Amino acid sequence: MSTTETKRGKDTANDAVREFPWWLLAVIAFLVVMAVVIVTQPDFNRAFMFIKGNPGSLEDLGRGGFWAFIGQGITITIAITLIAFALALLFGLLAGLGRINRHFVPRNIAIFYIEFVRGVPTLVLIFTVAYVLVPGLAGLLGIPTGSINSAVRAIVALAVIYGAFLAEIFRAGIESIPRGQMEAARSLGMTYGQAMRHIILPQAIRNTLPALGNDFIAMLKDSSLVSVLAVRDITQQARLYAGSTFRFNESYLVLTFLYLSMTLALSLLLRVLERRLGKNV
Amino acid sequence: MYKSDDIIVVDGLHKYFGHIEAVKGVDLRVRRGEVVIIVGPSGSGKSTVLRCINHLEVPTHGAVYIDGVHLEDKKTDINKVRAEVGMVFQQFNLFPHLTVLENVTIAQRMVRKRSREEAQEIAMEQLRHVGIPEKADAFPRQLSGGQQQRVAIARALAMNPKIMLFDEPTSALDPEMIKEVLDVMLLLAREGMTMVVVTHEMGFARAAADRVVFMDEGRVVEVATPTELFNNPQHERTKLFLSKILGH
Ligand SMILES: Nc1ncnc2c1ncn2[C@@H]1O[C@H](COP(=O)(O)OP(=O)(O)OP(=O)(O)O)[C@@H](O)[C@H]1O
Ligand SMILES: [Mg+2]
Repeated sequence: MSTTETKRGKDTANDAVREFPWWLLAVIAFLVVMAVVIVTQPDFNRAFMFIKGNPGSLEDLGRGGFWAFIGQGITITIAITLIAFALALLFGLLAGLGRINRHFVPRNIAIFYIEFVRGVPTLVLIFTVAYVLVPGLAGLLGIPTGSINSAVRAIVALAVIYGAFLAEIFRAGIESIPRGQMEAARSLGMTYGQAMRHIILPQAIRNTLPALGNDFIAMLKDSSLVSVLAVRDITQQARLYAGSTFRFNESYLVLTFLYLSMTLALSLLLRVLERRLGKNV
Repeated sequence: MYKSDDIIVVDGLHKYFGHIEAVKGVDLRVRRGEVVIIVGPSGSGKSTVLRCINHLEVPTHGAVYIDGVHLEDKKTDINKVRAEVGMVFQQFNLFPHLTVLENVTIAQRMVRKRSREEAQEIAMEQLRHVGIPEKADAFPRQLSGGQQQRVAIARALAMNPKIMLFDEPTSALDPEMIKEVLDVMLLLAREGMTMVVVTHEMGFARAAADRVVFMDEGRVVEVATPTELFNNPQHERTKLFLSKILGH
């Protein structure tokens, strides 16, 4: 009796050890050590100040400039991610709706877009969109190409790329809603558009929120690729700093620290949001 | 061409799904205020015929007229016709993200263009009609199957339809909830609603039906009053089917 009980006690203790998120502890430890190093080591501190983008000191926060305090590099990374993701949501929704349209013209346009993007490496697409598609569209619209800065090109490129991924998420979300929902709405006389907007999409989007969150984090990371367009995000800042000072350890450890803290914070935030939404479903 | 008292006319209906011919030439006329029950074995095409009546399925050949309006005509505004034809499904198909009240008002507001107040007033009236006004603020998942199906009926009735279609409305219900739904349907029949009902509830058929249609293998085999059809079926296939479901 007592032996089995102690054995069971040991098993639950073992389970607790096995279930504990050690990886999270390790990640947090890395971040804490990095933070301490950045504060205490002048070499790291200089790299940090440069990469996040000057100006960006405590005095800036004192003067009320939050984004100035955060630094130009981080501001650009966050702004590009947010704006490009918002645009990608729009492209993705349109392409996802086109993908399931019963008319062959919108369906084929949507599939062409999705498959085209999926067949080309992200980095190559960034060049193609920034240097071919954007100038081409600008030419059609009569906008002088020179007036379009590289940040705008970067945003369009990321939005086009992620729109194709989000389209598949939206499509899967819409197709996860039972057919009876559309039929019930149509049988009441609602149009396809009304049924989609008020009956199907509200349910579908709730189902897709976890996947959208993951893609938002992925986009934050992929925004580093736009440094190839010389947009001065944190990646570009790190490359510039490393290139001019040859302090590679400092530059790239600080850069890694910045991305990891942002993605970790985001994924923890998303988990909380998901749990809260889960309760309401 | 058609007598005006035939509110539903199904004319030479054929429906293929790929190579399967689910409906092989069905003619059916329903008069205003009539209650028609469709019975038949699984796969005989009952649902397909019903779904062609509100154009959820498009006939391969043949025509359906609702109140003289030809559904397959390109110029027909199908949403306008559907607003006049309520449908109740086996799986209820309530909108899970909306409250009961919103379920019953949403189409009124969008299709009938009623104001919020008017739609809510009509919704409450119909929820009282089906006996669950107290559930107006609940979400569908908080209701029993029988209650959900009664909300689905109220949702359809709130559009003030001329016709109500029911596709096995009690088949997904636990036995103790079947009666509450059949009682509501019986009430509707007594009030003079035109109804086409696919069901195997023979007690309901006897009490409510003007005519019973027996279908088998995509065709109408026999049409008669419930008493005639149940007591004195004319065709072998009808006898066989009835003996199976009535258990004698
Ligand atoms: N969407 C569809 N795609 C392919 N085949 C279908 C579809 N809907 C129905 N069928 C086929 O058509 C035939 C008739 O189906 P229907 O649903 O009308 O029969 P039913 O009499 O309502 O049967 P049940 O009592 O099982 O509901 C069946 O063979 C069915 O498999
Ligand atoms: Mg059926």
